Amino acid sequence: MTRSMSGAARTLSRSMTGVEPAGAAHPVKALAAPRAAFALALAMLAGVAAPSPADAQTVAITNARIHTVSGGVIENGTLVIEGGRIAAVGADVSAPAGARVIDGTGKIVTPGLIESASQLGVVEIGAVDETVDASSSDDRVTAAFRVSDGLNPFSTLIPIAATGGVTRAVVVPGGQALIVGQAALIDLDGARPADLVRRDPLAMVSAFDEGTAARFGGSHGAALMRLREALQDARDYDANRAAFDAGNRREYSLSRLDLDALAAVVNGELPMIMEANRTTEILAALALAREFGFRLILFGAAEGWVVADAIAAAGVPVVTNPIENLPSYDRLAITEEGASRLASAGVPLAFTTGVLSGSPALGTHNVRNLRLLAGGAVRNGMAHADALRAITLAPAEIWGVADDVGSLEAGKEADVVVWSGDPFEPLSRAEHVFVNGVEQDAATRQDRLLERYREINEAMPEAYQR
Amino acid sequence: MAFAALSALPACAGGGTQGPTPPAPGDGTPPAEQRTAFASTYSPLSSRPTVIRGATVMTAAGPTMPNADVLMVDGRIEAVGVSLDAPAGAVEVDGAGKWVTPGIIDTHSHMGVYAAPGDNSLSDGNESTAPNTAEVWAEHSVWTQDPQFALALAGGVTTFHVLPGSANLFGGRGVTLRNVASRTMQGMKFPGAPYTLKMACGENPKRVYGNRGRSPATRMGNVAGYRSAWIAAADYKRRRDQWIADGADPADEPRRDLQNETLAGVLAGDIRIQNHCYRGDEMAVMLDIAEEFGYGIASFHHAVEAYKVRDRLAETGTCASMWADWWGFKLESYDGIRANIALVEEAGACAILHTDDSGRIQRMNVDAAVALAAGIEAGIDLDRDDAIRWITINPARALGIEDEVGSLEEGKRADVVVWSGDPFSIYSEAERVFLDGALVYDRADPSVQPLSDFMLGVLPEGVTP
Repeated sequence: MTRSMSGAARTLSRSMTGVEPAGAAHPVKALAAPRAAFALALAMLAGVAAPSPADAQTVAITNARIHTVSGGVIENGTLVIEGGRIAAVGADVSAPAGARVIDGTGKIVTPGLIESASQLGVVEIGAVDETVDASSSDDRVTAAFRVSDGLNPFSTLIPIAATGGVTRAVVVPGGQALIVGQAALIDLDGARPADLVRRDPLAMVSAFDEGTAARFGGSHGAALMRLREALQDARDYDANRAAFDAGNRREYSLSRLDLDALAAVVNGELPMIMEANRTTEILAALALAREFGFRLILFGAAEGWVVADAIAAAGVPVVTNPIENLPSYDRLAITEEGASRLASAGVPLAFTTGVLSGSPALGTHNVRNLRLLAGGAVRNGMAHADALRAITLAPAEIWGVADDVGSLEAGKEADVVVWSGDPFEPLSRAEHVFVNGVEQDAATRQDRLLERYREINEAMPEAYQR
Repeated sequence: MAFAALSALPACAGGGTQGPTPPAPGDGTPPAEQRTAFASTYSPLSSRPTVIRGATVMTAAGPTMPNADVLMVDGRIEAVGVSLDAPAGAVEVDGAGKWVTPGIIDTHSHMGVYAAPGDNSLSDGNESTAPNTAEVWAEHSVWTQDPQFALALAGGVTTFHVLPGSANLFGGRGVTLRNVASRTMQGMKFPGAPYTLKMACGENPKRVYGNRGRSPATRMGNVAGYRSAWIAAADYKRRRDQWIADGADPADEPRRDLQNETLAGVLAGDIRIQNHCYRGDEMAVMLDIAEEFGYGIASFHHAVEAYKVRDRLAETGTCASMWADWWGFKLESYDGIRANIALVEEAGACAILHTDDSGRIQRMNVDAAVALAAGIEAGIDLDRDDAIRWITINPARALGIEDEVGSLEEGKRADVVVWSGDPFSIYSEAERVFLDGALVYDRADPSVQPLSDFMLGVLPEGVTP
């Protein structure tokens, strides 16, 4: 239905996300109601159907093993979805009259999974430039770059990611700059492809790694000098906007737009994700965050376990791929046990299939494998419950949306997955995936290809099969 | 056992295998085609007779055997069965609750030639200076201290095939290595394994050379490049063969040419083609080129569209080495589907799971499970016994070493992995790995875990991973 939404509707919808106030001060919850009303008005305006109540049907998943994440595991429990939200969850809950009932006998129910560093919607075919909208080619500071501006709501990657039980994803900009731009949080809701952006900007993104250091003066110190200059300028600008606009302020190293964007970091509105892997880089990032008082989220942190106590003491969360273990010069101490060691030290941890540098396309095309990374963390010593938390509630907390998603609690948005078995096992599958209470069951492009080639048809070419 | 065929090589196959050097005919130096350069010096580590008792054994040659024993003597599989008699003094391994499989084999690795740390100093996998570099050999780039070997061993990988990259139409010779710590590359070479030649279809060669304003700049340029090279090689081979037939008088020797020597080895049937190729329609073209010049393609690699031409693969006996789920990073990989491997299997063709990646090579059991799950979901009648072959005997077949490794059968090399549980579970780990019957990896004992020279002491004790 929404696949046929007119271009006008898409434009309006996108501009709506554009007028959302900058910064993370606005909780998503507050946006939900106005957005629904706006979507309805928009649909009437455009003459197409809104996300109808039929989409957000009443569903009861009964008799299942329910991993609530926030409140333990409920055996033989029932979860009720109503109006796009979780209406009830518990052992003594019964299915409302008229509800669609999914028999959860032998099944496992979890919250929808949250991917913390993808390029969903901005990378379609990695090596085809026309389909990649992940970055600016500017190689210095592009803090004002918003990844959401190029988001392709019809990316085939989004429903494919959802088949792995992933219901929300952080979309990060890529590129070669020291500060690459602003990440956004999206819903993986195929029922509303033109309205995927939930929070934008979500965070500033900076790559402070080996490659960046090489590009910015040939050393980590040189790169840090540029970062400090940018942050100092943003701080000065933030305190003297009127003077700047009147032409009574010194020259800055950044454009006005970049200053504006970075001001949100130095004044605490927006967290900054910094890729840092080597112990040196991690300690420098922690020091920089202390110096400028910004909210730091470490990405990668391959050697983070070496300084886990310092990261924990700073209260800084880490987003990482827990099964990466190949040594390079900026991660000689990398180990698959790193995530488990960080968790033991009390560092808040979220997992990602993604990489900020290197080859983001590989991670982004297989966001569906997020659950396998959690399983890998368990194989390397992490508790199952902690690993599940690292792909549900922990990222919800890190990204400031834990009031809405991340766990199975009455009142939260109904991102719910019914699994055939242990969600971390490759031989299990997500049988039902709900985003905002709407089941994501449309065939993906890969499903269609499989269907077309399931039999080799000599009589009539495959091209005639839809 | 048929493995005898490998250890007693006919002299005419000499130039196409990794050695050891066959005896020279007469007392003169044999022609280059009959010599083995850089011959394997691999010999099994010493081992005691070992029996693994009461495990779930996947032989890759038949159905899974519950509560079975595996007996290894003198580096070979002596027997697989129930309540086996072991020689006095044999090492007993308690297999209760464990699963046992053949050593894992990857047909497509760049370990050693794209070693870690991944810096330019160790970037030795692509001689991307001309579209035909059939004259280069991947083994001459192998860094024996690559820390990635040990990581793959911890994932149960006992044999792997190292290929040059895919920048060129002809990338050079590949080499099959045993996953054993050695001071020399020759000490890792799989004795008697056939050499291979890497070819590449599609986007990579035309991009690399087209961007330099030279041929190939298109797919049709790629095909012209392959055919021209085969014509030259056939001519070279004819001249050399005639010279040998005439008695190989050194005074009349046609000038040796390394590039054509390798290509002629393919035409002679000694060297196997490993062909990087994503698209189904391009694989069909490559099969026709092979037919035109009279050689076979051992395996297509990556082959994300193998499912579209699986009937042709089955008809021609061509293997496909595939990923479980990588796709979309370039247009020629856009139609990748997870059921690819399962569909090729169902069609009766030789289905292989490969990695082309030093991370994934550590978890080939998990990738096989992903591919198995996709097949089952597509309604294909498959089970674990099919999936284990994708990472053991089928890759052995593509590499021409199936008589020596790839299954747990009497007389084969005792390459054996003891897993903590079902190898298709995300939680299972390779606990012990035997190579030719010798314990080369023990997860519980750091003294039985290889550590490369590079990692030795590069970090302080407390910081070592």
